[in-house]
Amino acid sequence: MSLDLPKEIEPAIELVGIDKKFGAVHANKNINLTVAKGSIHGVIGENGAGKSTLMSILYGFYHADQGEIRISGKPIVIRDSQAAIAAGIGMVHQHFMLVENFTVLENVMLGAEGGQLLRKGVASARKELKRLEDDYGLEVDPDAVVEELPVGSQQRVEILKALYRGAEILILDEPTGVLTPAEADHLFKVLRVLRDQGKTIILITHKLREIMAITDTVSVMRRGEMVATRKTSETTVEELAELMVGRRVLLHVEKGDANPGRVLLSVRNLTVRDARGVTMVDDVSFDVRAGEIVGIAGVAGNGQSELLEAIAGIRKPYSGEIFIDGKPVAGIDPAGLRDLGLAHIPEDRHHMGLVLKFEEYENSILGYHRDQRYGRGVMLDLDAMRKDAEEKIAKYDIRPPNPRLKTANFSGGNQQKIVVAREIERDPNVLIIGQPTRGVDIGAIEFIHKRIIDMRDAGKAVLLVSVELDEIRSLSDRILVMFAGKVVGEKTGDAGEQTLGLMMAGIAA
Amino acid sequence: MSTASVQLPAWINYIVVPILNLVLAFFFSGLVVWAIGESPLEALRLLLIGALGRGEGIGFTLFYATSFIFTGLSVAVAIHAGLFNIGSEGQAYLGGLGAALVALSLDRYVPWYVTMPFAVIGAALFGAACAAIPAWLQAKRGSHIVITTIMFNFITSSLMNYLLVRVLIVPGKMAPETRTFLEGGQLPKLDWLISMFGGKLGAAPLNFSFLIALVMCFLVWMLIWRTKLGYEMRTLGISPTAAGYAGIPYAKIVMIAMLISGGLAGMMALNPVMGASARLQIEFVGGAGFVGIAVSLMGRNHPVGIILAALLFGILYQGGAELSFDMPSITRDMIVVIQGLVILFAGALEYMLRPAIVRLYQQISGK
Repeated sequence: MSLDLPKEIEPAIELVGIDKKFGAVHANKNINLTVAKGSIHGVIGENGAGKSTLMSILYGFYHADQGEIRISGKPIVIRDSQAAIAAGIGMVHQHFMLVENFTVLENVMLGAEGGQLLRKGVASARKELKRLEDDYGLEVDPDAVVEELPVGSQQRVEILKALYRGAEILILDEPTGVLTPAEADHLFKVLRVLRDQGKTIILITHKLREIMAITDTVSVMRRGEMVATRKTSETTVEELAELMVGRRVLLHVEKGDANPGRVLLSVRNLTVRDARGVTMVDDVSFDVRAGEIVGIAGVAGNGQSELLEAIAGIRKPYSGEIFIDGKPVAGIDPAGLRDLGLAHIPEDRHHMGLVLKFEEYENSILGYHRDQRYGRGVMLDLDAMRKDAEEKIAKYDIRPPNPRLKTANFSGGNQQKIVVAREIERDPNVLIIGQPTRGVDIGAIEFIHKRIIDMRDAGKAVLLVSVELDEIRSLSDRILVMFAGKVVGEKTGDAGEQTLGLMMAGIAA
Repeated sequence: MSTASVQLPAWINYIVVPILNLVLAFFFSGLVVWAIGESPLEALRLLLIGALGRGEGIGFTLFYATSFIFTGLSVAVAIHAGLFNIGSEGQAYLGGLGAALVALSLDRYVPWYVTMPFAVIGAALFGAACAAIPAWLQAKRGSHIVITTIMFNFITSSLMNYLLVRVLIVPGKMAPETRTFLEGGQLPKLDWLISMFGGKLGAAPLNFSFLIALVMCFLVWMLIWRTKLGYEMRTLGISPTAAGYAGIPYAKIVMIAMLISGGLAGMMALNPVMGASARLQIEFVGGAGFVGIAVSLMGRNHPVGIILAALLFGILYQGGAELSFDMPSITRDMIVVIQGLVILFAGALEYMLRPAIVRLYQQISGK
């Protein structure tokens, strides 16, 4: 399976026969992977394909049951992340590992202070940081406090941290998930510079376009196996998608024309403030009609989350009004809104949409647990709950089909299907959705998108919030762009990426 | 890091791990006993015989266990809703007042089985009342329940001191306690239960409240795992944001959970007040509220586990008392040390052995 490399190119990392089991789950099956020095190597695969396990083995979080890791040709044992750092491996996690109220410099030094007293370490760190910035174009103000930096800069701090520790090999786990298109472009520029200076980069992602845009070689994982390695220039998006899923996939959503009816969801002059009194949603007004999907595009953190939570009754609006089918509903709690026909697929299934420690069937009634069909009076009817869960599992192809399994043990895509099934099967009139496919594998994305379109075609009003511009563009009949809490413009579903990107950055309206 | 996410089969989690922890606790206790020059094995033998050797010993063991079941349930119910109630001690103390007031007013007129339901309600109401203010402060004002409940232990203690010394004391007596309840205000001893197994209860105060405790275990199990309220409590306990999303009212659930928790703690008073001494005495709770935290922790907040853990602590209390009697060099304080070690290994260090067990399990089950 390993790529035939020209003899003169030396491999930075070789994984030979890596095998890892967690109980009955065979997470990595005899993985062989060779990454050439000074290249950008993509690793793609669906959730649960074993990418994260493989990288965790490389970074010393897990230990392989079998197999060997070679760095620059020499076999080494990576016992923990300290050993990985010593071997020149740096990791940029999907969720940043930064102390938010420390400065950039302090974060970079953390764990490598160089002695009990800080003074000397600070001086040398500052010098080294300056050099790294100059060499790689990673400009960040060393004295800025991390929490005040935009996400793209925070990510650069993570990269600086790895480089400061002498990383020759950088692993980036889903690095563009939180970035604007412009920030992602900047990241790619940085990665190219790093590569040209001889660093080796492993990019883990599920976004095929990124693989095509930046990598030199790409390896595809499926169900714990390394199924293919290709030169990026010799493959196509379609081929990679098929390799990942194991069958042909529809990359484009097929949908007919919208047939909008009366207004089902109406938001008027809505203002939402957070706990500190900062205005997150600023005087927003819009309508969603029966039979249409309205998408809200925007970079994460521009008020979309707060808007969704306000409509769902989780967050109290500061001012303004919300109407469902003409009835004012601001101030009604989420349970009351469900009774009025509102369903909510929340952005964060881990903390909001699901209780991960619950068994699957317990989650499949969350929010609807007071319904008499799940038990009369004060009691729960476990048999009815499980039967209901089994029906949803069958209909939504949730795997493994076991309602007694702890929810945390389902893959991201299947967890999302549990939420989608629960909310859609109640046949709501208004469906509000946040990040429907975040961390969800391609097969499940296709399925969830189809369900959302079905809802529209059944005459429901759908409000969709997503930071995936592709998703917004392919699903929405109308697109609103949010920037800094305001709706800065409205476009039709076929608006160009460029136009929307500029609006998302607050540049054009 | 790598072993935390591995799921172990239930029999390892709930049987093997606790037993190993217990063995460790006894091993280190043995070292302590050995260090002061006594034989650890002899001490263990005396402890077990003292607690389980005769009908009377068993009676005492179960008597102590009864109190611990109530307080253990109290702590567990709160924990399921994400609340750490360490005020069970004070709630039980005030519960004693509720039970005593019922007994004092009814014992002259009606037999015990008429008094009992009112006493259960009285004890639960007073215990719940003691939990109500901390619960309200947590629900509405965000004052941390750990701080407020522990503060209320002191408030309750002072209040009860005042009441017993100045109000409820029998005129002309020196002891700060109420009059002795007549038979209509006492819970009957469970002689028959011990004699079913061929023993004699003797002077042991095992009484009807033991059966009430077992009923409460069943009711708590029903509440937590079979009712909608229990579902809402567990959701809130594990994930407050998911509870908010689901429309589960935070303040209401916090209040309800704490009132139930306080009520269960209050019922603990039935055992010593109406079952043993037949009067309300000063400091009658004697730390059972705090032992309840350890019992709940060890019993994994499940009624069955709580019964087993309460039995263990009952054995330690009763066997420890006998041991210090038979081995004078092992004082009451030594017994407290041993209890502390059990709490340390079975509660606080619960996860210490886990990584090793996970690795062993993975090796045996064949990678």
